[in-house]
Amino acid sequence: MAKKPNLAVDTRPWRDPAAKPFVRIRNVTKRFGDVAAVSDVSLDIYRSELFCLLGGSGSGKSTLLRMLAGFEIPTSGTIEIDGQDMTQVAPYNRPVNMMFQSYALFPHMNVEQNIAYGLKRDGLGKEEIAARVAELLTLVKLQDYGARKPHQLSGGQRQRVALARALAKRPKLLLLDEPLGALDKKLREETQFELVKIQETLGVTFIVVTHDQEEAMSLATRIGVMNQGEIAMIGEPTDIYEFPNSKFVAGFIGSVNMVEGVVTEDEPGHVRIRSTELGCDIYVGHGVDCAPDQTLWWAIRPEKMMLSRDKPEGLNGANVTHGMVEDIGYLGDMSVYQVLLDSGKRLRVTQTNTVRGNPDSISWDEPVYVTWNDTSGSVLTV
Amino acid sequence: MSYEPTIPPPRRLKPWKAVERGLAKVGISGKALVLIAPVLWLLVFFLIPLAVVFGISLATKQFGRPPYSPLLTTEDGTVQLTLHLNNYIKLFSDSLYVAAYLSSIRIAFIATVITLIVGYPMAYAIARAPDPWRNVLLMLVVLPFFTSFLLRIYALTGFMRGNGLINQFLGLFGIEPLVMMQTDFAVYVGLIYSYLPFMILPLYTTLVKLDASLIEASADLGSRPWQTFISITLPLSLPGILAGSLLVFIPAVGEYVIPALLGGPETLMIGRVLWDEFFSATNWPRAAAVAVAMLAVVVVPIMLLQKAQNAVVEK
Repeated sequence: MAKKPNLAVDTRPWRDPAAKPFVRIRNVTKRFGDVAAVSDVSLDIYRSELFCLLGGSGSGKSTLLRMLAGFEIPTSGTIEIDGQDMTQVAPYNRPVNMMFQSYALFPHMNVEQNIAYGLKRDGLGKEEIAARVAELLTLVKLQDYGARKPHQLSGGQRQRVALARALAKRPKLLLLDEPLGALDKKLREETQFELVKIQETLGVTFIVVTHDQEEAMSLATRIGVMNQGEIAMIGEPTDIYEFPNSKFVAGFIGSVNMVEGVVTEDEPGHVRIRSTELGCDIYVGHGVDCAPDQTLWWAIRPEKMMLSRDKPEGLNGANVTHGMVEDIGYLGDMSVYQVLLDSGKRLRVTQTNTVRGNPDSISWDEPVYVTWNDTSGSVLTV
Repeated sequence: MSYEPTIPPPRRLKPWKAVERGLAKVGISGKALVLIAPVLWLLVFFLIPLAVVFGISLATKQFGRPPYSPLLTTEDGTVQLTLHLNNYIKLFSDSLYVAAYLSSIRIAFIATVITLIVGYPMAYAIARAPDPWRNVLLMLVVLPFFTSFLLRIYALTGFMRGNGLINQFLGLFGIEPLVMMQTDFAVYVGLIYSYLPFMILPLYTTLVKLDASLIEASADLGSRPWQTFISITLPLSLPGILAGSLLVFIPAVGEYVIPALLGGPETLMIGRVLWDEFFSATNWPRAAAVAVAMLAVVVVPIMLLQKAQNAVVEK
């Protein structure tokens, strides 16, 4: 087996302040008329990373990608790729290739001609092009489809042709705009792994735009969450999910229970928050940058909470609240409970179904206690 | 509680349903009914007249009304069908006709090529124009049709005649008046001016459908704009080029008004020959033969082209 290239996913260069970024986006703003699609974005992406730009529609993620490809020129700011300023360079002079959301396969050319298109522009010899095309067809497992036209292929096959075509010129940087968006769920899951595998074998830097958080979580080395043209948070998938930096990020990724509270104790080792919304105190087992009497938010994921019929001990008289099961959603692997607290707030709690057909499981209209650990939630000030 | 399935009472047929069923019994479906109107129209106003023209082309000229010999004659109880082929033979043996056909095709071909060269950038610009502009520009392309074709050709003479607008303008700079009227040049100007919209509209419809991401993908893969045009835009707009060229070429071959009004005596086009044959020489059978031959000249290449186009599409 070929030696695995030195990948960003293993070395994590972003944790090393001395590491040199491969793509350097500096204070980039793009305005369309009065609307700033992207405003003052700065972002470093390292070699052989698989970076995901995650955001809803209109968050500016696609515009940022198009500026990297050269289809849009930033209103202000600079884009550097591999140490060279690329801000004003035309798309056909960039060492960058893009895989389009619609795939943009040339309908009048067959699969081989599509893949060879960029190679011909580079003035490669006939034999070399043929060899490279064959190699790429093998990579995307379409060896027998070279002579087909795009309209004779299925959606998944077209997606792979588009990927092969974008990889053909061995770009330093590959941009992927919603690469799996047009595929059905099952195919998408399979293709996700294939995409990561291809990225890891080639060691090319990928920047993927997606609105699908699940896709971003499973693909990315790091995720950049975008909101209204700005970067809301940059981090590894676990950081983004477990340690969101704002209410927006916590709410955008996965589902979350969020409550408002007031700081009553602010010690270096712990914080106590009184939340009338939750109907109890929240004891946080680590220091938080806040002041007494400050109003802030506390967010917790549904799977970090536990349900019980008997009153649990709690922690220093906190982290226990009471309510009634209002609704249960059975998803097979787990069940989602909607608990109506005595305070009127609704909580979403998930429990893994570890026992098959458990007759003793908590059921509708049952009064229950909800509890959690002192490190399970995130305290958010913005 | 028990659920008793009830059989709904038979509903009365709506009157049109009854008609539909009645027609269906004779083998006429609703679809056929819709098609009957256009088929009848074509039959009465196109196919039957065409057959009549074809019939006349097989007769000979004679004095009287109608000015041609009947095909069927009854004499002494025998019905005789007389078909004269010498009108067609004459088309090949008389160099005038051959020259007129070739000249018409040449003029129509050159006019089509120039119309394509002029029309393509216009269609491209309209297709790429921002949304609110696009409809305005398209409207401007169609605008000349609001005036009669004949009037517009007459108006062109006002521009090109000896003391017309162009020569008056040139006179300001002391340039001698140019002779433009009654030349092939004037015929080309007339043809290109009149048929430009027929080129632009089909080109526009194919260009506007052209996915902009294909152009971007081509640039992304290293093609300069002109390379993208040659390898992506042009081949993908081929259907529009073909449709537009046919829409210009076919009427241009048989054009009569433009060469008659703008062309000189040496501008030889088959439309004028036909006119002369019909009105000056009152030789209806010869004129009919010229018309039938012209139809063949135009239709045969179109059918070949369409066959080639279908073959390309199927590939």
